[in-house]
Amino acid sequence: MSTEELLEQVKLSPKDFSSDQDVKWCPGCGDYSILKQVQSIMPELNRNKEEIVFISGIGCSSRFPYYMNTYGMHSIHGRATAIASGLKITRPELSVWVVTGDGDSLSIGGNHLIHMIRRNFDLNVLLFNNEIYGLTKGQYSPTSREGKVTKSTPLGSVDHPFNPLGLCLGASSTFIARTLDRDPKHQRAILLEGSKHVGTSIIEIYQNCNVFNDGAFEVFTDKGTKAAETLMVEDGKPMIFGAENEKGIVLDGLNPKVVDLSDVSENDLWIHDCSDKAKAQILTTLFDDPSESDHLPRPFGVFYKEDRFRYEDAINDQFIQSVEQKGEGDLAKLLSGQNVWTV
Amino acid sequence: MKKIIEEKSDVTIVFAGDSGDGIQLTGTQFTTTNALFGNDISTFPDFPAEIRAPQGTVAGVSGFQLKFGSTEVYTPGDSCDVLVAMNAAAFKVNLGRLKKHGTIIINSDGFKARDFKLAGYDSNPLEDKSLEDFRTIEMDITKLTRASLEDSGMGKKEIDRSRNMFVLGFLYYMYNRKLEVTENFIREKFAKKPSLIEANIKVLNDGYNYADTSEVFTSRYNVKAAELPSGNYRSIMGNQATAIGLIAAAQKAGLDLFYGTYPITPASDILHELARHKNFGARTFQAEDEIAAICSVIGASFGGKLGVTSSSGPGIALKGEAIGLGVMLELPMVIINVQRGGPSTGLPTKTEQSDLLQAIYGRNGEAPMPVIAASSPSDCFNAVYEAVRIAIEHMTPVFYLSDGYIANGSEPWQFPKPDQLKEIKAPFIKEQSDEPFLPYERDENLVRKWAVPGIEGLEHRIGGLEKEDLTGNVSYDPENHEKMVKIRQAKIDKIADLVPLQKINNGAEEGEVLVLGWGSTSGVIKTAVTECLNRGIKVGHAHIRYLNPLPKNLGEIIKKFDRVIVPEMNNGQLVKIIRDKYLVDAKGINKIKGIPFSTQEIIQAIEESIVKA
Repeated sequence: MSTEELLEQVKLSPKDFSSDQDVKWCPGCGDYSILKQVQSIMPELNRNKEEIVFISGIGCSSRFPYYMNTYGMHSIHGRATAIASGLKITRPELSVWVVTGDGDSLSIGGNHLIHMIRRNFDLNVLLFNNEIYGLTKGQYSPTSREGKVTKSTPLGSVDHPFNPLGLCLGASSTFIARTLDRDPKHQRAILLEGSKHVGTSIIEIYQNCNVFNDGAFEVFTDKGTKAAETLMVEDGKPMIFGAENEKGIVLDGLNPKVVDLSDVSENDLWIHDCSDKAKAQILTTLFDDPSESDHLPRPFGVFYKEDRFRYEDAINDQFIQSVEQKGEGDLAKLLSGQNVWTV
Repeated sequence: MKKIIEEKSDVTIVFAGDSGDGIQLTGTQFTTTNALFGNDISTFPDFPAEIRAPQGTVAGVSGFQLKFGSTEVYTPGDSCDVLVAMNAAAFKVNLGRLKKHGTIIINSDGFKARDFKLAGYDSNPLEDKSLEDFRTIEMDITKLTRASLEDSGMGKKEIDRSRNMFVLGFLYYMYNRKLEVTENFIREKFAKKPSLIEANIKVLNDGYNYADTSEVFTSRYNVKAAELPSGNYRSIMGNQATAIGLIAAAQKAGLDLFYGTYPITPASDILHELARHKNFGARTFQAEDEIAAICSVIGASFGGKLGVTSSSGPGIALKGEAIGLGVMLELPMVIINVQRGGPSTGLPTKTEQSDLLQAIYGRNGEAPMPVIAASSPSDCFNAVYEAVRIAIEHMTPVFYLSDGYIANGSEPWQFPKPDQLKEIKAPFIKEQSDEPFLPYERDENLVRKWAVPGIEGLEHRIGGLEKEDLTGNVSYDPENHEKMVKIRQAKIDKIADLVPLQKINNGAEEGEVLVLGWGSTSGVIKTAVTECLNRGIKVGHAHIRYLNPLPKNLGEIIKKFDRVIVPEMNNGQLVKIIRDKYLVDAKGINKIKGIPFSTQEIIQAIEESIVKA
């Protein structure tokens, strides 16, 4: 049999990735959809189950590893990224997935997130963004919008929120993308593309918390508003949106502007280019509050990707180099040092 | 004039100057030369936290004390025979350490009006009558060094950097030592700058010759080689011994070493040493913060590697939650704490033993873990090796405690051969059996198996939530939680059955006073106890390596003495545990000054304990 036939024969199904534990998220939680999509793309990785590791921090989303029949660790708040870093340096051959939320990765774990990103380990980050603290029962998060009324902000939040993908690109991310819990097809496509990226792929997933922040992303998912409020970007394609695909985005210098396709030819629109960092930075600024008048649509898809060396490869190269220069470590010589005297 | 050679059994020297004067290098070189000659040695580097505090001020004084002898030396000495003072501030800080009739070697260039004012003197201290008790050797080291390198074409600033070599050459003559070791060191250090090799060797030799030809002193001294147990020796510093111990343990366990850490005084030198030995397979990772450092280690341990992190008190505090995760997961890892003065930032470059309770208790919930302490610079090797062995064989995080004093101090070390080191066996599970895999099933020592990613059929999830016995599944069952807390405690307690019993390290097996110590106070307690035995006191010294769990027979040892005293460089920590565990009226002897105990202080404490009783 050829290798391909062999792979075909052992090809796993999504069910193989489901653990024997009962899933305990609230009924209606967006996490269910994400779990399902992740399980469904797992066979596409062409990796054995035992080569896959899911690591999470703390929060609702971080229960994720318990439901995956792979190796996994449910760690402590904000630190999944740091734990994954250590695992990836020492076991570069593993397929490592970090599952984290907006509080976990952007508040308590913000420091580890940006440092993991600049080191560009080859791993995947699923950032479940629900703009709320769910597990602690409803306080505002670092992505909650200004004025958000929660248990800890009865008069409205006075925190200005993070723009997660802008932050990640600022930290020299080599792959940033955004998708939605309620768009399974788009989610699967983005997850697969992220999994193929060699480097740290950041996938922000808008996830509805139907208990503490229900409807936070409704304008992006509701049939009536979705087409006008979302901009699905694809590499090499012009930026078009609207129920009748009647609108587009042009770049006026550095400023994105909405135009009517009856006035402007498709060829004159902003053509999305995943390798253009400057334009990806502009794309991350399409972050208007949908309730404001004259707001721009919110982009979804892969914003940016870049091929850059991975930390784990570089550190391994240094090891090889060191052996070439000095020979393999000789413990007896290390113990004796260079200046020995005999009594 | 031919100089008389006087025999001495031991000599203590303090080198002191500005932190930019190369004092630490001078001390280290003098140490290496005497070590290779065969003396027993103990050193005590003492430097400010500031890298370059204002020149000439008391705050900027860097010191290096060493005692070398023809008999066994366990401490760097209470007071010194010779003080080398490069300037007035160094003189001011260290004069109190000089023995009556001791020798002061003065760099007169550092005692000009500006210098003694900077040091806080109203007038030149060298003109003070009180100095008549000492022998003063004054020379203008700056001028002599500049004259030595007059034709070198080097600038004044560069020339002045070699002043320490003049001092070193001078002392080598005084103590009848050859220049060879330091000359070789200079050749290696400046391999890329041949002009500096020539210059430094010249100044070194000129210092030596100046001592020979000038009339500044009439006798030379000879300290014979010590009669140490026969074998091969090298000189070693504590942090270096820790680094080498980690590499040796990893190799014996057949594991790659992963060292995730964040720079902090006085632990960073372990990282520096390990980073040089990448060819041993050691991966060093300078993380973004202390928390990332310990977490990266948890990731590496989960992946089946030997994960080790290090810090000092403040960093350990930051790592606390993650160490608790390590306890909960039951993964092997070593947490190194090179202790320094606390609390908070405290005294970064000064020594203290005030993190013992932090190590034993400093986590949320019931989170027991083994704690092991090193007792001297070379013992850092043995202690960290043992920490690694216990971590791996018992699947647990282990605290390894060192401190600034032994981390930077050095002594001769009869190093082992690789085949003399204990075997370390990792409890890996290599393949799936027919039974379903139970991640928290345990062996007779309550140790679970290490199932690392990559093995088919052993896929499992672990986490910080309480887990069900055997399966490791999340469990909120009250009975199960209590059971798991007890199991984790019993697993650590069990280690006491498997480690060596406590011995009386020195002195009486029973009698009037038991001196119970731990960590870096070993040398000073040993010296003091030896003196008290000579004075007829029935005193014994037990030095505890395994601080948690404590040795099984410690209670019996305590009962054999009328009273127990516990000297510690803290406000009383081990003493609390001893009183709690053995219900004995143990008394703390405490020093919290950022400097080690003197032998006299311990002798006095032993004597007073008897008088008071």
